[in-house]
Amino acid sequence: MGKLPPYATLGEKVWHYAFYVICALIFFFLIFPIVVIIPLSFNALPYFTFTPEMLRLDPAGYSLEHYRDFFTNSDWQKAMWNSLAIAPMATLLSVSLGTLAAIGLSQSHVPFRGPIMAVLISPMIVPLIISAAGMYFFYSRLGLQGTYWGVVLAHAVLGIPFVIITVTATLVGFDRSLTRAAANLGAGPVRTFFRVQMPLILPGVISGALFAFITSFDEVVVVLFVGSAGQKTLPWQMFIGLRENISPTILALATILVALSILLLTTLELLRRRSERLRGLTPQ
Amino acid sequence: MSDETNSGPVLTADGRSLKKSLQRALRREKLRALMLIAPLLLFVLVTFIAPIGDMLFRSVENRIVSETLPRTVIALQDWEYESGEAPGEAVFAALAEDLREAVKAKTHTRLGTRLNYELSGMSSLFRQVGRKLRRMDPDKPWREQFLKVNKKWGDPEVWGVIQTYSSPLTAGYFLNAVDLRLTPRGVEQRPENERVYIMLFKRTILLSGLITFMTFLLGYPIAYLLSNLRMKTANILMILVLLPFWTSLLVRTSAWKVLLQQQGVINDVLVWLGLIADDQRLELINNATGTVIAMTHILLPFMILPLYSVMKTIPPSYVRAAKSLGARPFTAFRRVYFPQSIPGIGAGAILVFILAIGYYITPALVGGRSGTFISNRIAYHISVSLNWGLGAALGALLLVLVLALYALYDKIVGIDNVKLG
Repeated sequence: MGKLPPYATLGEKVWHYAFYVICALIFFFLIFPIVVIIPLSFNALPYFTFTPEMLRLDPAGYSLEHYRDFFTNSDWQKAMWNSLAIAPMATLLSVSLGTLAAIGLSQSHVPFRGPIMAVLISPMIVPLIISAAGMYFFYSRLGLQGTYWGVVLAHAVLGIPFVIITVTATLVGFDRSLTRAAANLGAGPVRTFFRVQMPLILPGVISGALFAFITSFDEVVVVLFVGSAGQKTLPWQMFIGLRENISPTILALATILVALSILLLTTLELLRRRSERLRGLTPQ
Repeated sequence: MSDETNSGPVLTADGRSLKKSLQRALRREKLRALMLIAPLLLFVLVTFIAPIGDMLFRSVENRIVSETLPRTVIALQDWEYESGEAPGEAVFAALAEDLREAVKAKTHTRLGTRLNYELSGMSSLFRQVGRKLRRMDPDKPWREQFLKVNKKWGDPEVWGVIQTYSSPLTAGYFLNAVDLRLTPRGVEQRPENERVYIMLFKRTILLSGLITFMTFLLGYPIAYLLSNLRMKTANILMILVLLPFWTSLLVRTSAWKVLLQQQGVINDVLVWLGLIADDQRLELINNATGTVIAMTHILLPFMILPLYSVMKTIPPSYVRAAKSLGARPFTAFRRVYFPQSIPGIGAGAILVFILAIGYYITPALVGGRSGTFISNRIAYHISVSLNWGLGAALGALLLVLVLALYALYDKIVGIDNVKLG
């Protein structure tokens, strides 16, 4: 936007400040719904609005009741452990297969690059409800529907596009002469990969892994269809809670998840800076 | 250089022709690249592409009639619906035999449910005859005994439906998905009160369009502001865009569910401000309004990010040049800046639209009756009504729509230019 020039007319001045007000309102719209659930989650009463006690900042209006419920209620705890059992395994699968393929895709001569890329990116494009329906039909035929591994496989494949995109992006700036130098000095392909290539593309791999993790950790449509009661994850439990009788415990969990996403955002930003530094680009 | 190398083809150290040697190296490189990709490709094909294929197949598959009633289907070949009469004794005898096996395998109820999608009453007809079959006398004429169980067996409509759906593949589900139906007389419109899908497709597209427009309206100023601020300030404000982007979808949906309730924060504030009376609180949730508000918020970052990346490449000198040539600020913006930002608008709009038309969770939670999308109907057919064929056909239509839009997106932005975060 810059500063207003001294010769700006009154109309221009008004518009200049009006624009800032409009932008502030839009930022408010973006961030308010997320921020407002934080104080509401400490409500001492099971209401979804600010009680008079809360508005007076009376400590009696606040409590950790809903957090206590989240950490003691067996339904929520089971859902949390299910999520923590499914997401890392799905991440491991998509990162290991995805990194390998990304390295293959970044070679200079890849036959059928376009169609292969289209297939690998497709889980991100196809609407989740269609993926969920297809997987429900097909995994039932294979006996995978309603099993732990069925959900893990489904979540792993949903995470693949993110791993492919982030890792190939890091590989674009990768200096090929380094692997050649390693080979020249007598390192085999495996050793070259782990000692030279891997450390350099690690930031991309980690951010791909974070994307894959959050895809699985946050996913609800596919798990609703592919999973059964035994694989009930946190988003699933939240979905039920929101649809049937919404309990304030959801707000406590939501606050925890917001904290988690702030942590994630910070990590990704740090990784991006590190990756740019490694590539010899100045951090922005 | 010696004479030998000049006369013959160029050779490598091991005596092979250089051309062949290079070709071999290239082939080996290609093979290595493929070997690295193969495991993942195989994985995606089995866990993702095959399920999608399975769904597409289910949208036309219809073996249940010919598998449950094989003899009847053959016997019915000579019968013509136009005759206006039920078929003769031979067909009834074939049906009796087929049904005896079907009742033993308990498949007759499934067949009844399947045919009930096409003609109501078929389900109970098959259940009833399944119960009475044991008491029928195989020596007496079958036709009369069937008619005694239920007069409907003399109705050519019943037989017409069986005949129409006896082929192993059918377009029936797709016709149902666009409010038509396949009858013995050909393709017909569904009765007025059963036409829902065209309306749902229209609503999905209309609301997605509205949501896309809202994200454009709110996203454009933000992207403009971010791309014209100093890098340091822009990065800090960017956090306000990225935090919602990274926050769980369910967290954002629950936030809106809490905010938009009749006893929620927004209504409370409006009452407190005196804008509305306490007994006239606005209905902001469980209708289309709720869906549009919540989804605009959820999809806004997907509009801002592509807009921002395009706007950052627009040199500020162009607008300055326009102004120094005498353009008013608004004209400079309209004639010089805005046209250059159109690729960003295109990319953001298609992205938001694609994401919106496939949305399921948010419409299901805040949409009520008037704010649900076609995906909610697909989910209903798969998990509640169990009409999988119709669910698959609706899914296939939605998929075609999304892929067509995606091809457009690919043309504008390019598949390799997808950026994250």
